[in-house]
Amino acid sequence: MTDFEPVIGLEIHVQLKTRTKMFCGCELSFGAPPNTHTCPVCLGHPGTLPVTNAEAVHFGLMIAMALDCTVAPRSIFHRKNYFYPDLPKGYQISQYDIPLGREGRLGDVRIHRVHLEEDAAKLVHAGSSGRMHTAEASVVDFNRGGTPLVEIVSEPDIRTAHQAGDWLRLLRATLKRIGVSDVNMEEGSLRCDANISIRPAGDSNFGVKTELKNMNSFRFIERGIEAEVARQESILRDGGQVVQETLHFDPSTGAITSLRSKEEAHDYRYFPEPDLVPIAPTEAMLERAREALPELPAARAERFERDLGLTAGTAKLLAFRGELGDFFEDALGADGQVEPATLANWVTVELVPRLGDADPQESKVEPRALARLVELVSAKTISQSAGKTVLDVLAAEGGDPERIVQERSLAMAGGDELEGIVERALEANPKAVEELKGGKAKAIGAIVGFAMRETKGRADGGEVNRIVREKLGL
Amino acid sequence: MIDREQVLHVAKLARLRLSEEEVERMSEELSTILEHVERINELDLEGVEPTSHVIDVENVLRPDEPRPCLPREVALANAPDATDEGFRVPSPGG
Ligand SMILES: [Zn+2]
Repeated sequence: MTDFEPVIGLEIHVQLKTRTKMFCGCELSFGAPPNTHTCPVCLGHPGTLPVTNAEAVHFGLMIAMALDCTVAPRSIFHRKNYFYPDLPKGYQISQYDIPLGREGRLGDVRIHRVHLEEDAAKLVHAGSSGRMHTAEASVVDFNRGGTPLVEIVSEPDIRTAHQAGDWLRLLRATLKRIGVSDVNMEEGSLRCDANISIRPAGDSNFGVKTELKNMNSFRFIERGIEAEVARQESILRDGGQVVQETLHFDPSTGAITSLRSKEEAHDYRYFPEPDLVPIAPTEAMLERAREALPELPAARAERFERDLGLTAGTAKLLAFRGELGDFFEDALGADGQVEPATLANWVTVELVPRLGDADPQESKVEPRALARLVELVSAKTISQSAGKTVLDVLAAEGGDPERIVQERSLAMAGGDELEGIVERALEANPKAVEELKGGKAKAIGAIVGFAMRETKGRADGGEVNRIVREKLGL
Repeated sequence: MIDREQVLHVAKLARLRLSEEEVERMSEELSTILEHVERINELDLEGVEPTSHVIDVENVLRPDEPRPCLPREVALANAPDATDEGFRVPSPGG
């Protein structure tokens, strides 16, 4: 039986975080009452003229550069013509043969193009009432209409659903890091379509592709791609042929259905937008975009791994959630003594579960406090479990770890105190003492366990072990 | 020559309903326009950049500063059909 290889390319739409729309001064709004953020330009009234938002161009250039694209010395806008109620002009202003950026790369996937365009309005289903006397009616909310969008198209370099998800996570982290978008899939500020085909493994020709539309979570994207690959495989194995079409994946049922095309054969009749002049980024514009770029997540993860000795997984977690990486680096900078890998583990394994998705910079835990706490644990001033208790307190109330240790008597038992506790442990476990003396090394567990309970975890197991053996002359 | 099929296709894309007589006439008129454009193909345009704009201006950009929006009732005033909140349209799918 032939093995098939999926060939996947992604098409991503990102809403830019500008203050105003792409071609008019209407303020962007999320959750504002419908149709309160409109003007004659974004309502498509005759005789109005669009003017390009400088900040949207700036963000577009930043994205093109972050994705290692060649920036077009001169790019133009086109009209993409189709009729749909969410598009008041009868065309979308987009870019066509000369996009802002092309031939880039992010991670192991090449970028085909990056271009600027405007978002459509929102259609809200309204049931069957009103003057139109049609069976069904919708209500259009133009608040979203004209929001600046950047479309990013990858080359078909992706081979598995999992790889698609991973790459999209990297892209999302990168866009978030450079601060051009909220990249929130549920709210629609990041939207993803996938072009999917399959071919016999090893073949270099492409099969017929389908387009899977608008999947609004990473999980749905991965599941949607898997389902579509499986569907195409079963068609080919049955001797059939894949039809080029646009599809919708329903995550609740796992079903894939064909969407009716917006326009016959995508006959968009593109032509240059006569109302907008070309964008020819000046040296100053390019310089400003270049300087606005921070260290990108992929590079940061690599640096964490290479220079600080973090594991690949931890490095990625910190770098892909930039606010975690920032917190980690702040903590590292606040206390030069702390060991980076240990600190990183405390951030990812202990701090993250306590804060969930919240930004640690906005929590009560100061970066310096976490670094100090990790040091106290490393120096065995407090035990690992006491350290977790201190972090609970820091997360709930903030404060200084040393003070919390003192106030709650969490310091590791040592010296005379620990000697006394070990003696009581020996007295309370005569049987284990006999067995231990008789050479049954495992028996020490009962004695150490007793000491740990006595100290409520404030004892270092290794140290207790040592004292037990010393006292028994072993 | 623009044939009948092409005229009907373009008319459909433009949401125009044409009478038989109009289809006939459009076929002739569109053909004339295309013939005119065809003549340009006879020129030697080697090395000439396509002209997308007739004026030599670039980078007309607007600062990202909000301007007042329309009051909703004004925005909805000319709508053929509306609710209190928005433009009512026939459902695209139905
Ligand atoms: Zn507007």
